[in-house]
Amino acid sequence: MERLMSSHLVKLTVFLLFSPMAVLHAQSSDIPMADTFRAEGKIYVVVAVMLVIFSGLISYLIYVDRKVSKLEKDVKEQEK
Amino acid sequence: MVLRRDWWKILAVLLVGFTIVAGLLGTVPRLPILNESIRNLYFHVTMWFVMLFLFTISVSSSIAYLSTEKPLWDIRAELAVKVGMVTATLGILTGMIWANFTWGKPWVNDPKLNGAAVSFMGYAAYLILRQSMDDPEKKARIAAVYNIFAFVMMIVFIQILPRLTDSLHPGSGGNPAFSSYDLDQNMRIVFYPAVIGWFLIGYWIYTLLVRIRLIQNKLKQSQWND
Repeated sequence: MERLMSSHLVKLTVFLLFSPMAVLHAQSSDIPMADTFRAEGKIYVVVAVMLVIFSGLISYLIYVDRKVSKLEKDVKEQEK
Repeated sequence: MVLRRDWWKILAVLLVGFTIVAGLLGTVPRLPILNESIRNLYFHVTMWFVMLFLFTISVSSSIAYLSTEKPLWDIRAELAVKVGMVTATLGILTGMIWANFTWGKPWVNDPKLNGAAVSFMGYAAYLILRQSMDDPEKKARIAAVYNIFAFVMMIVFIQILPRLTDSLHPGSGGNPAFSSYDLDQNMRIVFYPAVIGWFLIGYWIYTLLVRIRLIQNKLKQSQWND
């Protein structure tokens, strides 16, 4: 009995998870999206550009973080 | 950077890196008006979430200041607002780019937009109020009380009032947004990591500002002692 319940639960969960997708899929296609742009693979160029900018900013943040850590150390040593 | 202490910074970078890739490449529902710009959910909306997160840190620090009177809480309250103002500015700017494209104007008289502007100015007033007082204890106390007021007003202006009237902003007044995202698993698996990742990056910048301020204060103290 317990096993039966759990299998029903799994089915129900799977249904609840995927039913919205089916609904969204049904109403789609006539709404314009950047399909050609994606098909040409140009979106990867945008992704690459954004990743470069993001990693540059993060590297800078890490640099500042290290500098602050060093200053904290200096201040601590001065206090001694 | 020590791994045991700074693991969350790495997590932040990985999460936001993931949302840049998945946010642009992942599948999104085809909705009218929004079209591809629905992906702004991962970038524009997260900026406002980070602002809310930092302002919550700020208001709790202010309450902690009022009950303990420890200056560190006042520093935390001030600097959380400063970082939150940066992400709020980014939220306004990205929203204006989108509005200009979608509505034809960067700004329309909409309850959600005006509410955001009013709360932004409320927090700008908080920072100006701080600068107008010299006595550090008086400054900290008055600023803490005002901060609680500003937080409540912000919640009213951007979370409550726009919901009571019709707004053009996606997600309110029957415009496509959250009501449909709620159903979309594809967007959830990108949006939630985006929110957590940006929370952590906002928090990271905030901790840096606090650490710098503490160093500055120590240097000032040692100057007095010399």
